[in-house]
Amino acid sequence: MGASQSGPVHMFQDLAYKTGFSIEQIKNLHNRFIYLTQAEDTLRREHLENVSDLALNPIRRQIIEAFFDKRNMGEKEKGCLQEIGFEEFVTVLSFFRPPKPHTADEEMKNIKKEKLRFLFNMHDTDNDGIITLDEYRRVVEELLSSYEIMGAETAKAITDAAMLEVASVTVGQMGPDEFYEGITFEQFMQILKDVEIETKMNIHFWNLDTRTVQCGK
Amino acid sequence: MVLNFNERSPFTFLMCVICIASLGYGANVMAFEPTSTSPSKLPPWSQVEDTDPDPDPGETTQAVFTLNYPRIQIPFEITLWVLLASFAKIGFHVYHKITVWVPESCLLISIGLIVGGIMHSLHEKPPAVLTSNAFFLYMLPPIVLDSGYFMPTRPFFENFGTVLWFAVVGTLWNSIGIGISLFAICQIEVFGVQDITLQENFLFASIISAVEPVAVLTVFEDISVHEQLYIVVFGECLFNDAVTVVLYNLFNHVAALEVVEAGDVFLDIGRFFVVGLGGTIFGALFGFVTAFTTRFTGKVREIEPLIIFLYSYLAYLIAELFAISSIMAIVICALTMKYYVEENVSQRSCTTIRHVIKMVGSVSETLIFFFLGVVTITTEHEWNWGYILFALLFALLWRGLGILVLTQIINPFRTIPFNFKDQFGLAYGGLRGAVSFALAFTLPDNIGRKDLFITGTIVVIIFTVFIQGITIRPLLKLMNVRKTNRNQETINDEIHKRLMEHTVAGIEDLCGQWSHYYWKDKFMKFNNRILRKILIRDNHPESSIVALYKKLELQNAMEVLDQMSGDISAAPSLISLHEERKNASKSRKKFLSSDVTNMHELLSKNMYKIRHRTVSYTNKHTLPDDITAREILMRRHTSLRRSLRAGSFHGTNAAKMSQKYFSLPMGRSLNSRFPPRRLVHAGDGDIESEINYSSIRHPQRVSSKAVMPLRPLNTLKEVASSVNTVDGQNEEQRGCRRSHLGSNVSRSGHLTSHLPHGSSRNCSDGDHDAWVEEPQNNSDVQHPLMRRPHWLPQKPHDK
Repeated sequence: MGASQSGPVHMFQDLAYKTGFSIEQIKNLHNRFIYLTQAEDTLRREHLENVSDLALNPIRRQIIEAFFDKRNMGEKEKGCLQEIGFEEFVTVLSFFRPPKPHTADEEMKNIKKEKLRFLFNMHDTDNDGIITLDEYRRVVEELLSSYEIMGAETAKAITDAAMLEVASVTVGQMGPDEFYEGITFEQFMQILKDVEIETKMNIHFWNLDTRTVQCGK
Repeated sequence: MVLNFNERSPFTFLMCVICIASLGYGANVMAFEPTSTSPSKLPPWSQVEDTDPDPDPGETTQAVFTLNYPRIQIPFEITLWVLLASFAKIGFHVYHKITVWVPESCLLISIGLIVGGIMHSLHEKPPAVLTSNAFFLYMLPPIVLDSGYFMPTRPFFENFGTVLWFAVVGTLWNSIGIGISLFAICQIEVFGVQDITLQENFLFASIISAVEPVAVLTVFEDISVHEQLYIVVFGECLFNDAVTVVLYNLFNHVAALEVVEAGDVFLDIGRFFVVGLGGTIFGALFGFVTAFTTRFTGKVREIEPLIIFLYSYLAYLIAELFAISSIMAIVICALTMKYYVEENVSQRSCTTIRHVIKMVGSVSETLIFFFLGVVTITTEHEWNWGYILFALLFALLWRGLGILVLTQIINPFRTIPFNFKDQFGLAYGGLRGAVSFALAFTLPDNIGRKDLFITGTIVVIIFTVFIQGITIRPLLKLMNVRKTNRNQETINDEIHKRLMEHTVAGIEDLCGQWSHYYWKDKFMKFNNRILRKILIRDNHPESSIVALYKKLELQNAMEVLDQMSGDISAAPSLISLHEERKNASKSRKKFLSSDVTNMHELLSKNMYKIRHRTVSYTNKHTLPDDITAREILMRRHTSLRRSLRAGSFHGTNAAKMSQKYFSLPMGRSLNSRFPPRRLVHAGDGDIESEINYSSIRHPQRVSSKAVMPLRPLNTLKEVASSVNTVDGQNEEQRGCRRSHLGSNVSRSGHLTSHLPHGSSRNCSDGDHDAWVEEPQNNSDVQHPLMRRPHWLPQKPHDK
């Protein structure tokens, strides 16, 4: 490990600079990465699915997919990767970094936009830039899946109501023949402008599970 | 003009009230005299200046007309005081402008001052009602229960750490700071208060650091301040009541000791934790027991509210028995049981519980403020310029400092840090109130300077309540404290909030983190799996999204009504959505008007149903107003139909088809019970449609689910009975309805008694079956409430 000692550190510094994490946090995350991948080089879906706590999360599929989504890597292209490296792992996690205190308003807006973009990508699975009713419905179904009594009908109804809301807020009155395609990103931002995403969608990356420290292998 | 009348009446009203009160009081107190002073058997009334009950001159033998005042004295006095306080409250609200600028506590104190002034001039003393026992055992529990029961749970738990931090540490900081500074002041000989020991200073300090929420919260609510601020102030006030009482008892005990040793101090600190935690555990225990009990009260709905109150009070008393924090106990009890209880009890019990809690709590609070005013005038004060003014100064100073320092420490731990304006709001909103006063008034007599302390407390309270209370509103407005974003929660908001939470929880799991989302998740799972099964009668776990959805349906219905034309403009988009769903290919297509009518039919039907169930979700300040809600929904029906017929978005085709639709419901033959008489006024066949509509809901299998089907009848009947509340437009229609329903009322009469009873869950099962009979609906509907835009491709109407 001697010769490559400087390698990872250098890489960490790059990452820290790019994503805004501190070196300490990146080191912790690296440990966690190694733990998750069982010391392999790249992370695949199966690795993430093995995390036991995640199994109970209703939207685990979307979360896992989010890690392999190219759009979240800051690339213009769309599609999915099969496996990702540490860099991509950290990039995705940087969406959840809390904004530093005393960030300017402009910066906050950008941060909010990025986080919203992340959520949007979670909905928009076919990568066409629009959340259609079906896509939305799928997400709602998953969210409600932990309550067994509710059936598919409930999700449909709720989704419809939600889409209706979006339509009425963003498009206003539509003529009888008009046809509402789906939610675009701008509309998404508009309807969620009241939800304080920049403050709620944060993880304080301190207290990592101590298991990760003893990564071994 | 009505306006003038309204403006003048409260003053005259108040004057009358005050006169009556003093009259009554004069009578009361005069009745004291025979027992204490003159042994004569002469009835005392002849000595009264104002009152004029029948003078029964000196006959001690069989009198035709006697008055036995001492027998009813105590309840009578209590009643009179409470009544007076309530009149005062009524009086304020008649004149709206006052309550906007002046918090209610100010007004109450003012009235108390006036009455005190009157009594003082008559040389009377206030009733010795405000003893320590009376306060702590009777007056405090309702206030605390009120705060605990109506605490919004979710934001509270999210901010729990902050709340505890401010409440516990903040109060400690305040008490100790004020105590020490006052002690320092005492050392200065000029003020002549050297005899006050350190312990006594601490005692006094702990009394005046208790913050009182009522005034502040009303102001905060009025200016829609940020939710975080609101919940922190609320929580802080609640918990610092507990902390103050503990400190008070602590210092009380300590003040009696001559020498304080270090060991004692540590014991006391340990005791503090025992008290706090013990209270919490007790409260939780009682909360669960209550929830469990309500599981079995399905058949005895009438005693449900009683159970709630009894258990809460019991929690309080038993905590008092063990000298642990009774306030914490009752608050935690209310918090835990509320969630489960509101699912178990009937609608009416729920309403009753809320109302009674609010009522008793507000009466208690009112009385205390009232007494404050009265006592201010009538007690003997010991005034010491230096001590009291410095006490006031330090109280304000230390609070400001405390908030500043504490916020700096806790901000990094918060997701939404407090900025300066928030801190100012927090600090300036530290009004003292009822609890401080009661604690001061009930100080044991062995404290040498008790009167001084009472005076000091009163000064601090009056200053904060009047000066700060009146100025806080313009100041906050001026500073533009962060407003709430929570204008109207939409379904999208709720969905995305949940999405975010789950996402964050998921990512945290991935990273192996633990944070409060983790605990919340774990708790919710535990809750769903175990707790709910034990504590709730019919366990239908419900997502908050669904609950919100239901609530919004109801609100939508009401809003639609306000604009009589209805929000039909939303319909086109509904239709478009429908179209999209129908054709996966997403090609544009002309929608069928029958689909439109279907959709509207479904919408209205859902409104109808949903209303009944979402009543429990209305705001705590409003009584679920059944009558107007039903009215509203009926009107919406008619408006929808009318606008549909008017062909607001489609040509004649729609109109014709809709007519046809309404007259022949879905291939079902008209129920003979509702002969479609064409009525004169309706003109557009509204009534007919209404009646037919209700006939739809009268399924053939009356036998099995006899209760539910007649619900609509019940509703219609009640609508008919509440003529006054609806404007003239609908009156004719109602008149017609009434005639129709005559025959059915008797039928439904005996069954209507069933309807309000029974949990709403049971009703839903009935509904479910009734709905399934609907021909045009798809059979796989499980949940009737969720049948809003329900455009499934396989509609029988299509082609």
